This record gives sequence, structure tokens and C-alpha cells, in this order.
Amino acid sequence: MNQFAPILPELIITIGAIALMMVAAFGGRRSGGFTSWASVAVLIAATVALAGPPTHAGGVFGGLITADLFGSFGKAIVFIASAVAIIAAHGWFERDTEHSAEYSVLILFSALGGAVMVSATSLVTLYVGLELQSLSAYVLASYRRADDRSAEAGLKYFVLGALASGILLYGISLLYGFTGTMNFNGIAAAFARDGTSLGLLFGLVFVLAGVAFKISAVPFHMWTPDVYEGAPTPVTAFFASAPKVAAVLLGTRICLDALAPATDAWRQIVIFAALASIFLGAVGAFGQTNIKRLLAYSSINNVGFALVGLAAGTPQGASSVLFYMAVYVVMTLGAFLCVLWMRDKDGNPVEDIAALSGLSQTRPGYAAAIAIFMFSLAGIPPLFGFWPKLLVFQAAVNSGLIALAVAAIVGTVVGAYYYLRIVKVMYFDDAGEQLGRVRQPVQGALIFLAAVAVSPLGYLLIGPLQSITDRAAGSIF
Amino acid sequence: MGSEVTELPLLTLLIGIPLIAGLICLFVSASAARWIALIATLIDLALGAYLWAAFDPSGPQWQYVENLPLGGGISWALGIDGIALVLIALSVFLMPICIGASWNAITKRVPEYMAAFLLMEALMLGVFAAQDLFLFYVFFEGGLIPMYLIIGIWGGAERIKASYKFFLYTLLGSVLMLIAMIYMALEAGTTSIPALMAYDFPVDAQKWLWLAFFASFAVKMPMWPVHTWLPDAHVQAPTAGSVILAGVLLKMGGYGFIRFSLPMFPEGSAMFVPFVLVLSGIAVVYTSLVALVQRDMKKLIAYSSVAHMAFVTFGLFAFNRQGIEGAMIVMLSHGLVSGALFLVVGVIYDRLHTREIEAYGGLSNNMPGYALLFMLFTMASVGLPGTSGFVGEFLSLVGTYKVSSWAAIVATTGIILGAAYMLWLYWRICFGTARRPDAAEMPDLSVREWWLLGPIAAGVLWMGIYPETFLRPFRADVGRLLERVERAAPAGDMALTRGKPQAPAEHHAPEAAH
Repeated sequence: MNQFAPILPELIITIGAIALMMVAAFGGRRSGGFTSWASVAVLIAATVALAGPPTHAGGVFGGLITADLFGSFGKAIVFIASAVAIIAAHGWFERDTEHSAEYSVLILFSALGGAVMVSATSLVTLYVGLELQSLSAYVLASYRRADDRSAEAGLKYFVLGALASGILLYGISLLYGFTGTMNFNGIAAAFARDGTSLGLLFGLVFVLAGVAFKISAVPFHMWTPDVYEGAPTPVTAFFASAPKVAAVLLGTRICLDALAPATDAWRQIVIFAALASIFLGAVGAFGQTNIKRLLAYSSINNVGFALVGLAAGTPQGASSVLFYMAVYVVMTLGAFLCVLWMRDKDGNPVEDIAALSGLSQTRPGYAAAIAIFMFSLAGIPPLFGFWPKLLVFQAAVNSGLIALAVAAIVGTVVGAYYYLRIVKVMYFDDAGEQLGRVRQPVQGALIFLAAVAVSPLGYLLIGPLQSITDRAAGSIF
Repeated sequence: MGSEVTELPLLTLLIGIPLIAGLICLFVSASAARWIALIATLIDLALGAYLWAAFDPSGPQWQYVENLPLGGGISWALGIDGIALVLIALSVFLMPICIGASWNAITKRVPEYMAAFLLMEALMLGVFAAQDLFLFYVFFEGGLIPMYLIIGIWGGAERIKASYKFFLYTLLGSVLMLIAMIYMALEAGTTSIPALMAYDFPVDAQKWLWLAFFASFAVKMPMWPVHTWLPDAHVQAPTAGSVILAGVLLKMGGYGFIRFSLPMFPEGSAMFVPFVLVLSGIAVVYTSLVALVQRDMKKLIAYSSVAHMAFVTFGLFAFNRQGIEGAMIVMLSHGLVSGALFLVVGVIYDRLHTREIEAYGGLSNNMPGYALLFMLFTMASVGLPGTSGFVGEFLSLVGTYKVSSWAAIVATTGIILGAAYMLWLYWRICFGTARRPDAAEMPDLSVREWWLLGPIAAGVLWMGIYPETFLRPFRADVGRLLERVERAAPAGDMALTRGKPQAPAEHHAPEAAH
């Protein structure tokens, strides 16, 4: 029994997901409400179970996965974000009688995949976790099967995702072939021993390309706007949060653990991906009229900043990445919860930015929340979104990457333009057709919590959060 | 009194009161919001007056110090010296006037308007009181959000373009400063501003750090050629927005130079003295000429602001007491005078709803009280002895003359040009006969407007007749600043040499001329 203690959270989710799948299969449509709340409960239980052995047991199962604070930190974010994504779907699918209970079960499986991703210390577990996470995600993207856009999103995601998996697998096979081991430590030892041979370099590039696809970093971002736009909004909220965190943390662990001796080799790739993501994410969002597409570009842009921290390649850099992702998830989930509330008079979802016109006059609180998320995503102080950006720049400057920091920070100004545009539409434009009212106290409370967390009050969290991320980052070095 | 550790965190209160009042404003009716805003700003004014009264000019450099570490390399560290004190006083003095100026002029979305102004006040005060590098940045940048909203929601016809320009322009200027700050925190191992002011950065690095800070402060100031956001922002902003923009926000640039650029990078600053003098010289002449041809009153005053701020940079980068004290007085004086001039424009704009100079004329006939005050502020802007403008500009010119006589000559033409555009403006608006019948029927100042302009007029005269009151708090701080920068002070070209020229004897050269 003891050897299972470090993976208790994963076990809880596995058993819970399988049991709920049975409930969904035999309970039919009526079980939707039950499975969704039960899934939230499972995720919360898993989060609570993170305390103890799952956080400090170290490598288990012959080094296939490790139970450390880094992984636990990532899992906590993934589980909570998944729970929010399940809650976000309340009242979304019911209207179309297609909210079968499988939605929350799929999210559970995806969260499980994410949990394996952040704690994997072997290329095999990494791949298994990634595929489990992705396969659930493909189904989720096309969840609204009667909707052409949703089906298209699912197909696109699947085809491109399969391609990326192939690339990743090819990289894994090269790394395995040239090092003779799947284990991160073994790979690191081989890199340190043999130097970066051509074969290893190829393996490294392919693995990073696969990861870049999953985190939607430029130049592997093309799927993101289409999938984000086409997928049902709660699913988009999920895509922008949990899987993204899992993939970024996975990339961080690979780079700083398995590929640590080859830092010079991967750093240039990460720097390119970071700057390209920041600028393309900013410029690509300019002409968008669909808010989900805009937030897709925003997520590309934000991943770029997280990569700036990764490029530093130091414990401080890893800590800043963790901090960044934690705050990013709060901001982005808050923003998507607000997007979920965009309904017309009949309750049909609208995604046009113009629908927000003059929102500050008709729904001041709602508009203020969106404005807080936008300014925070843009990284404008005194909102809390500024602080993680400062941390990644600090990590980069401390590693001597001043030019990178300067280029990235100029990117924030470019990006600020389109976030401002949302604020402008809400605050400066005349009120257009009013949005319908949505009565969802739970979501409302979540939006409020997220808005408070990224408001200047968030600065009070710096101390505790920073000490956790520092220790978490220390656990992979 | 001020030297002893005060039990009450006065500076936190000073910042917190408007913040909390602003939050309350969001949830009340329009008239309640007006009153809450007025009361909150008056409390802050009283607090500011107490700070001034209890401040000990001969005491320690930093008074009312508070420090609360937040972890992760940022702390809620506040504390002020004389320089910050007078600028805080200026801010809290102008705020109730701004609220009063918006009393009737703003009719839509009043609660949000008052909340934005109160948030603005809290952030401005934070800029002057912050003693932590990153806390300063948070306040400095945070001010963009309320100002963006003020211009964008309550501004004129072109408000959206102006708000974007204001926001992105100043943001672009500031972000490079953040990278410089990160480097400084790493290099010096501290984020405490007082500690950094005593830290000697490598001269090589100073050059780049100075440029990064300059990018930010020059835009904020604004200096030619990065001033173009200012006329747009001023013209489109509501009257009170212009007042606060000209009165306080522009001072953040000058404050930044005094607080950061000069003491932290003395060598870097000295290296760029010619550069600053050239930019300031161009600013004085060019923007004065541009001001001459404006048809829009607000635009004219906006351009005059750029010209006046050039006197600040002239004085600051003169590296001597007269220059720096002069620059401080110019900042205070300009804060009062340009604020008052925007109010003066606002008064007739509220009546006729046009800012075209041509629409007015002969106002001294039907608005004698108005014409009197307008005359006073015009003269103060021109720099007539007896008004605050004279003291500041004269000192700053004396300081400039010591470092470069050519710069002083160019700067002095700015005073002449300033007289030209201001007096011509006054003549076109107040003298002659009314060009439009409705302009001739405008009533004179109301009691409320007297209350807005009267205190500023008193301040302008006070500063002009007895500037010692305003010089005293920061005299010692200017002395400390001079000690810090004198090792890098440029030689200056006005030292008389007899016979064969000898190597300029560094900073003693100016005194040798007496």
C-alpha cells in the first residue's frame, strides 16, 4: 500500500473517473448534474491528497514518475483549473440537452493526464500522460457535435495534435537511441558525458517541437485560434488553463532536468519561441472581432512570457515560470468565465467583442471584472498580472539575458493595445444591444474571487506564493 | 516633531483615504459621490498640511518612514524628504480643486468619475512617497489606468485616439525603466530607493541605466520630441483631467530625474548634459512657436507646458543649487499656474462650449473678475516678478548660465516667446469687443469658481513674493543631492579666465567667477 501513497491523487482521480463513467453510462442524461458535482468533489479530494507523500516522496516506480513539490504545485493548479472548467459548464450545455455526463468525466481523464505530465521523469510516462491528456481534449473540442465549428475544431486539433505527437515520439526515440535510457536523470548524464552530439541535438529539437505544440508556442501555434474559437467555451477555458499549465511545466522539467547539460542548445530555441510567441500573439490579436480568438492569441502571448523565465535556465527562472502559470491561470479562467456570461436576450452565447459595447453602463460590476482581467493580462500595475511578468524579466536579467528581457517587455506594449481595445469597447463606446442576464451565483463568486486575486490585493500573496514556487523550483534541481 | 517615528502611518493614511473613498463612490449616487470625493480630498489636504507643518527641514533626510515587507523582493516602504513633501503638498492642494471643477461640468457617470480621480490621487501620492523601487514602478505605471479612463470616457470628440496615445506612449517609455530597475536591484542587492541613491553603479552601466530612465521620464515630462501625446491628451481630457495632468502627472518626470537619474547615475547624467540642454533648448523655442499659432486655447496651454517643463530640465541638469532649486520651483509654480490656466479655460468652456480662441473677445467687459484672475495667471506664466513663475525661471536660468551660457541665451528667448503667446492669448480673449453675442452675455465667475481659482491665485502670489516658505523644506535635500553629484558636475563655460586659459577646475569654476 505504501508504494501507492505518493500517487494517491492520481489514484483518486482514476477510480473516481472510472466510477463516474459507469454512472454516466447507466444513469444516462439525468446523471449530468450528479457527475459534474461528484467530479468537482473528486478533484478537490485529489488536491487535498497532494499534501504528504505525493509532495516529497521522490522518485517512485523505478524512476517512472517522481513525487515532488514541483509536480504537486502543477497538479494543484491543474486540478483546481479542471474543477473550475467543470463548474463553468453548468448551464451551458443543458439548453441543448447534450450535456451528457461524459463532459466532466473527460475533464477528469484530461486532468489525470496532466498530473502524469507534470510528475513524469521518464520519456515513457511523459508520453503516456500527454496522450491521455490530449485524447480527452480532442473529444472535448468536438463536444458540441451538432455544431460545425466544434466538429472542425476537434478534427483540426486531432490532426495537428497527432502530428505533434508523432514529432515528439520521434524525438523521444532519438533521445532513447542515443542515450540508451528513458529516464530523465540518465539522459542528463548522457548529455553531460557525451556532449551534445548531432543525434541528441535532433532528439532535443524534436522533443521541444512537440512540447511547443502542446503549449501553443509560435511557430507551432496555428491550431490555437481555430480550436479556441470552435470548441465550446467551457472547453476553451479548460484548454487555456489546465493542459497549458501541465505542458509548460512538463517542458520546464524536461529542459531543466533531462536537458540541463545542454542548456545552451535548448536556450536558443526557447528564446526564439518566447519572442516569436510574444510578438505574434500580440500582433495576431489586432484585427480579431471574436473574443475567444482574441483570448487564444492572448494565451500564445502569455506562454511567450513564461518561456522568458524558462530561458533563464536557473532555479529562479523555474520559480518564475511556476509563479507566472499560477497567476496566468487565475486571470485566464476569470476572463473565460466572463466570456461564458456573454449571452444575448434569449440566452444564446455571443462571442463578438462588439457585443460588449457600453457594458460598463449597463453592467458595471461585470465590466469592471473584465477590465481587471484585461489590464492584468496586459501586465499593467497595480494589477497582479504585472508581478509574474516582473519575475520572469528578473530571472532573465539575472541570467544575463538583458536583450531578451528588453525585447519581451517591448512586446508587452504591443500586446497592451488589444487588451485596451476590450476596455475601450466596454467603457468608451455607447451601449449597444444589451446582453441578457445570467443567474449563476457559483460562477459569479468564482469571477469575484479571481478578480480579487488579481487586484492589487494579490500583492499580499507574493510572500507565501513566492516561497512555495522557490521550493518547488528547487525540487527539480 | 517630524523626526521622531510617528506612531500613525500617516503616508499610508494619505494614500488609503482616497482609495477607500473611491471604492465607496462606486456604490453611491452622483451627488453623494461628489460630496464623498470632496470630503476625502479635503481630509487629504488637511493631512498634507499637517505633514508639511510637522516636517523638520533640518531633521533626517527621510521622515514619516514606514516599511512593511511583502516578501518576494517588494515592500510597502514609504517615506518622504522635502522634495517629495512639496510635490505631495501640490497634489493634495490641487485635488479638491479638481473635484470642485468637475462639480457641474461632469454629468454622466459621476460615481465612476469621482472614483477614477480618487484612485488617481492615491497613485500619484504613492509615486512621491514610495521608497521601494518596484513599489514606485507600480504606482508610476498604475496612474495610466485611471487617466486612460478619464480621458476616454469623459473626454472630447477625439478622446479615444487621445487615450490610446497617452497610454501606449507613456507605457512604452516606462517599460525600459523596469528592466533598468531589475538590473539595479540585482547589481546593488537592494530595492530601497534611499540605499540606491547612495550606491555607485559602474560608470559604463550608468550610461545605459540613465538612458532607460530618461526614456520614461522624458515621455512623462514631456520633453521634445516625445511630447506629442500631451497636446492630444490635454485637449481631449475634461478640465479637471487637464489640471491634474499638467499639475501633477507631468511633475512625475521631473521628480524622477531628481530622485533617480541625478543621484543614482551622476556620471551618466553628466555625460548627457549637452544632450539634455539641446533637447530643452529646442523644446523652449519650438514649442513656444507652435503655441503662438494655436487656435485652440487648451492646445496653446498644453504647448506652453512643454516649454515650461524645459526650464525644469535646464535647471536640473545644471548641477548647481540655483538650477535645481529653480527647477523645483518651476515645477511647483507650473503645477499651480497651468492648472489654473486650464481651469480658466474650463470656466468659459462651460459657458460657451468651445475652445476656439476666435469665439471669444472682450471678456473684461462682462467678466471683470474673471479677467483679473486670468491676467494674474497669464503674468505668472510669463514669469513676471512678484509671481511664482519669475522665481523659478530666474533661478533655473541662473543655474543654466553657469553651465552653458548658450543654453541660457536660448532659454531666455523662451521667456520672450512665452510673453508673446500668453499676452496675445489674453488680448484676444479679454480685450477688444466680443466677436459673438453669446460671448458678451456670459456671466462673471460664480462663487464656486472663485473658490477654485482664489486659492491658486493666493499660492501663486505667495510663492512669488516669499518663496522661502517653499524652498525651505527641500533646501537640505538639494544640498545632499549636490554633494552626491558634484563629483561629476560639468565644468561650465561661464568661468572667466584671465590670460592663458587653464584647465577648468571642476566644480569650483562657477564660484571663481564671483
